Amino acid sequence: MTNAEKYVTAAYCVVFALVLLYVVIIALKLTRLEREVDELADKAEREPDDEREPARVG
Amino acid sequence: MPAGGTMPLVGRSYRISLPALAAASLVLVTTALVLVFFVAPNDADQGFSQRIFYFHVSIAFTSYLLFGLGAWKALVHLWKRDPNADLESYVAIHQGVIFGSLVLITGSIWARISWGHWWLWSENQLVLFLVLFLFYAAYFMLRFSVDAGPQRANLCAVYALFGVVLIPVSFLAIRLAQKFIHPVVFTRHGASFGGWIMVTYLVSQAAIIVLAYTLYRVELSGKRLDTRLRELRRAYA
Repeated sequence: MTNAEKYVTAAYCVVFALVLLYVVIIALKLTRLEREVDELADKAEREPDDEREPARVG
Repeated sequence: MPAGGTMPLVGRSYRISLPALAAASLVLVTTALVLVFFVAPNDADQGFSQRIFYFHVSIAFTSYLLFGLGAWKALVHLWKRDPNADLESYVAIHQGVIFGSLVLITGSIWARISWGHWWLWSENQLVLFLVLFLFYAAYFMLRFSVDAGPQRANLCAVYALFGVVLIPVSFLAIRLAQKFIHPVVFTRHGASFGGWIMVTYLVSQAAIIVLAYTLYRVELSGKRLDTRLRELRRAYA
């Protein structure tokens, strides 16, 4: 591999690595958002039960 | 800190879906890489190292486009007071800074092979692009030092508009300079190359623009989702 080939490969690898890093950061952020949506959904499911008046039995 | 203001955000509907854009990016980038490494001929002067040109120049033009888009959205925000435009301006500038850093890195690598230096302070084109890059990098310091809200959106919009003046200065610097070593490939008489080099450049340019637009849309969707989730949390609290 010549010197020029090494530098050209390095340049394209840098572009690829930076785009990949960006995709990883976005993926981590989406995972966090997904977790927050799940928490809110759980809360929404639980809340109607908590708010219900206790009924007398017997 | 949320990127959008405290005003409610409404998602926009786009003609092209995100999966279609991602697929187009993948096809175009792959085609561009095949053309760059297996089809385009070696340059008579620079030989193999000239192949950096295809992505370096394409990324540079795309970063100018993204900074321009950021300024345009800032103008729309100031004109119509649209909170969506503020977020879109922020995301476009963010993408512009990412692509700008790629321009500086690939440019330095190319300079090392061609000129024997990683950086030359005597070159107007390089220094002016660095000034443009640093100006927009400082945009984030401003944005994250002010509390979210209409005041921050207005300040950021004015700042983004000031920066757009640097784009033609940076672009024209090399053409106005008396003495330079940075190559000029686009002159008043057109491009200084043709054939497969031109085809490869055009495909690479299209690939980078579509990739940048895809990343812009992905980030925008994430930011909108984040803001709407915060509003939901506030409503539930």
